Amino acid sequence: MKLMTCPINGPRAISEFVCAGEVRAMPDPATSSDAAWADYVFNRNAVPAVKQEWWCHTPSGVWFIAERDTSTDTIHRTYLYQPGCLLQPERAA
Amino acid sequence: MFTRHERLKPSYDVVIIGAGGHGLAAAYYLARDHGIRDVAILEKGYLGGGNTGRNTTIIRSNYLTPEGVQFYDESVRLWQDLSQDFDLNLFYSTRGHFTLAHTDAAMRTMRWRAEVNKHFGVASEAVDSQAVRAAIPMMDMTCGGHAPVVGALYHAPGAIARHDAVAWGYGRGADQRGAEIHQNTEVVAIELEDQGSGARVAGVITNRGRIATRKVLCAVAGFTPRLLAMVGLRSPIYIHPLQAMVSEPIKPWLDPIIVSASLHVYVSQSARGELVMGASLDPYELHSTRSTLDFAESLAAHMLDLFPFLSDVKVNRQWAGLADMTPDFAPIMGLTPVRGFYLDSGWGTWGFKATPVCGKTMSYTVAKDADHPLIKGFTFDRFARYALTAEKGAASVGH
Ligand SMILES: Cc1cc2nc3c(=O)[nH]c(=O)nc-3n(C[C@H](O)[C@H](O)[C@H](O)COP(=O)(O)OP(=O)(O)OC[C@H]3O[C@@H](n4cnc5c(N)ncnc54)[C@H](O)[C@@H]3O)c2cc1C
Repeated sequence: MKLMTCPINGPRAISEFVCAGEVRAMPDPATSSDAAWADYVFNRNAVPAVKQEWWCHTPSGVWFIAERDTSTDTIHRTYLYQPGCLLQPERAA
Repeated sequence: MFTRHERLKPSYDVVIIGAGGHGLAAAYYLARDHGIRDVAILEKGYLGGGNTGRNTTIIRSNYLTPEGVQFYDESVRLWQDLSQDFDLNLFYSTRGHFTLAHTDAAMRTMRWRAEVNKHFGVASEAVDSQAVRAAIPMMDMTCGGHAPVVGALYHAPGAIARHDAVAWGYGRGADQRGAEIHQNTEVVAIELEDQGSGARVAGVITNRGRIATRKVLCAVAGFTPRLLAMVGLRSPIYIHPLQAMVSEPIKPWLDPIIVSASLHVYVSQSARGELVMGASLDPYELHSTRSTLDFAESLAAHMLDLFPFLSDVKVNRQWAGLADMTPDFAPIMGLTPVRGFYLDSGWGTWGFKATPVCGKTMSYTVAKDADHPLIKGFTFDRFARYALTAEKGAASVGH
């Protein structure tokens, strides 16, 4: 059974978690161009890499960040969100 | 079966990346219908070793959007005489296709699909549970008591075919007409002239050297994002594995193809007697074709809801492919912002049936440098225009 470590509840079966995709910085909707907004809404970085992703432990509702290698499914680290923890800098609209 | 080419030529009129069914079909129709024979098909592995050789071979045209129904209907038409065309038995077998409805809400979607289909002359009808029982007498109509079948969408043209033979047939046809198939040849970079909005293709770099070309057709399914990165494009495509499995061969007892979106299962019986089974997509991004026990367990459990008598039947093989998914469950095809870079992608879990029509429309698009009329609903720029082609209702589990 594949396990993932919830930062609050510890190691649990992967079936208890859902992935909400890569952490992405949202452009400011008030000032963003339509093209930049469409890029944010639809486009994804689907090239294999170690990525920061949003995950949720569904029985407890804990949202957290996992650093996972999407070519091997190796989970490197999991931790709660904290200001400054994002690898991708906030991007300009 | 194929000519062996020791060397790559320094240039070709067209380079096709990916010797799956789609790339080979495009090469075939480029030569046959457009007289373009100076073509190289580059394949990093072996011919037909991608999703073409991993899929569960369901062919149907009972989609939901007008764009989808017309496109897949043309494909089903093209399938009919391919065995003759290739002089190769594709084991194309028309079985009829039932998409089961277990709720009134699902039944409404079936009626909607039936009406759209009939409008475009596609044989689909909503049928009640009596008709389902008569066609599939060995199915437990209550599904273990927790998901009774209330009706279905019945699609008489639903079919299966031998997937490997499709790649071999198109490959041999292209080869005989002069196209060169190069296996173990990986594209590692794409050369562009000018950058930004004036960018156009100048050549490709492979592990066996450089090729000059003005036209590249990219038909690499689960590898599309990596190829797009080589030309500096972003797209909504995301990659999740799709798994499948087959049982040991058993006596023929299941004629039609059965799909249940609620139970996450679809199944047909092959000419060899194996039950070919699949379910929905793996739940998160992964670029690996590993198999999981979770998948086999849950698929087997749902199979037993439908067919409890299979409890002693063994699973023979399990495997996976990398599905290039799109947010609207429609493909991404045609011209791109990079001149001379043509895309046949976003085929996710549903592109085997489209192999012939993709070859037809992409060869036209490459030859004329203009999108074929049948692919206008599938263009790369539809997302930036917020004009999606919502096909999810007909493609999410049924593929
Ligand atoms: C388990 C499973 C079940 C499915 N079931 C169905 C079904 O029932 N019905 C249906 O219609 N569809 C189904 N599909 C979807 C269908 O298989 C695909 O959409 C279709 O086969 C895609 O064909 P293709 O030729 O575009 O891609 P592929 O057959 O994947 O070919 C792409 C090729 O490109 C090569 N390649 C990649 N990168 C490079 C590079 N850099 N250089 C050179 N070559 C490269 C790959 O090695 C590969 O051989 C299923 C898919 C899976 C995985």
